[in-house]
Amino acid sequence: MNIFQFMVQNHDQVLELTLEHLWLVGISTLLAVLIGIPLGVLIAHWPVLNKPVLASANIIQTIPSLALFGFLLPLPWLGERADRLAILALTLYALLPLIRNTYTGIRGVDPAVVEAGRGMGLTDRQLLFQVELPLAVSVILSGVRVAVVISVGLATIAAAIGAGGLGEFIFRGLAMVNNQLILAGAIPAAALALFADTSLGWLEKRLRPR
Amino acid sequence: MDRSSTNGVAIEFRDVSYVSPTGQEVLSGLNLEVLRGETFVLLGRSGSGKTTTLKLVNRLLSPSAGEVRVDGAATAGVDVIALRRSIGYVIQDVGLFPHFTVERNIGLVPRIEGWAEDRIRERVQELSQLVGLEPRLASRYPRQLSGGQRQRVGVARALAADPALLLMDEPFGSLDPLTRDELQREFLLLQQRLHKTVVFVTHDVGEALRLGSRVALMEAGRLVTVLAPQEFLRSGDPWVAAYVKAFKAGLDSAANRGTE
Repeated sequence: MNIFQFMVQNHDQVLELTLEHLWLVGISTLLAVLIGIPLGVLIAHWPVLNKPVLASANIIQTIPSLALFGFLLPLPWLGERADRLAILALTLYALLPLIRNTYTGIRGVDPAVVEAGRGMGLTDRQLLFQVELPLAVSVILSGVRVAVVISVGLATIAAAIGAGGLGEFIFRGLAMVNNQLILAGAIPAAALALFADTSLGWLEKRLRPR
Repeated sequence: MDRSSTNGVAIEFRDVSYVSPTGQEVLSGLNLEVLRGETFVLLGRSGSGKTTTLKLVNRLLSPSAGEVRVDGAATAGVDVIALRRSIGYVIQDVGLFPHFTVERNIGLVPRIEGWAEDRIRERVQELSQLVGLEPRLASRYPRQLSGGQRQRVGVARALAADPALLLMDEPFGSLDPLTRDELQREFLLLQQRLHKTVVFVTHDVGEALRLGSRVALMEAGRLVTVLAPQEFLRSGDPWVAAYVKAFKAGLDSAANRGTE
């Protein structure tokens, strides 16, 4: 039986695990966007905070993923369910590209444009929403894209703590020394990453300021 | 422009000093008055403090000492957003929003001031006509325009909410000489109709003498003198004479080369 026959035969399970995987990646990315973009905006305007925030996000990024899952296990409420833990860990990993790209994107807006806007009486809020964010949007989106691609890969490891997702196949395959099972997890995961990368890349190009 | 038809002081600087965040004294003890309806030119070299002076008017910068008054009220005491919206602002790189069409750029201040859409559209059309922008350009983006066209949009945008006061920071500085000449001529015509109070920053003596009702010469953060253009050429002040000499040098040199 080759890998494709296996996937067709077990399509229920492949689909279920893929959806679980998407759920983990989707929710964690959403959370990371909700936290990372405001943080990026904040450090772009308060340079004092720049170093501590970016350094913290950097440090989180360097923690090996399996270790991070382990560290988070004792947390109350979160530790009760593996998917909560996995989402938290994935969110933390996705923060760095989001914060950094939001920061870079906003700092990259032509100072003459910002100054003109300010000189004409735009409030800080109007400047942010009408000028800075729209002009930084493609850089921010490329951060989202990096975050999603990293998350799709990392989420496979979440199966190690029982959070589900396509990693289930991979870990089962590893335990049973069954390459087919490993591929049944790896191929859809790779496809997801490629799909996310191209579609977000396309969106990024569409939104790039002319 | 006839200054006697207008009276009153629009802008007043009283012993204004400005020290930059890096501790450098950019302006010291500046006193000047800009009269209503005149084109007041700030002339000086780069670093002489003319742009800083301009930014003190709409409070993009705040004085370290002294007071800036606009229409009799100290700018430090008024709402900064309202102050800026009541003053038109044009800068050299224009600062047009690259992601806004010409139409949206011009209508920016009316829109944030909450005007009705039809009124904004009407105003944008009126202004485009006033500054000589073809209607077909309305839906273009700034990068699709020539330098001269961008500058016209910049002027139209500054005039959008009909401010009595206009600040212009080397608005024609990056244009080629012919386009600059054309825009200077149109500026004069426009000013004949609108009688705005204009503070105009430039380092170009010819531009200063052509456009200004009065020319204020600045050097190293100080005001050297304020003169009408016709007085400027006759002035005995060494700084003024140096500017006039530099201005004439090119023409004289060309004239003295003769023909081969």
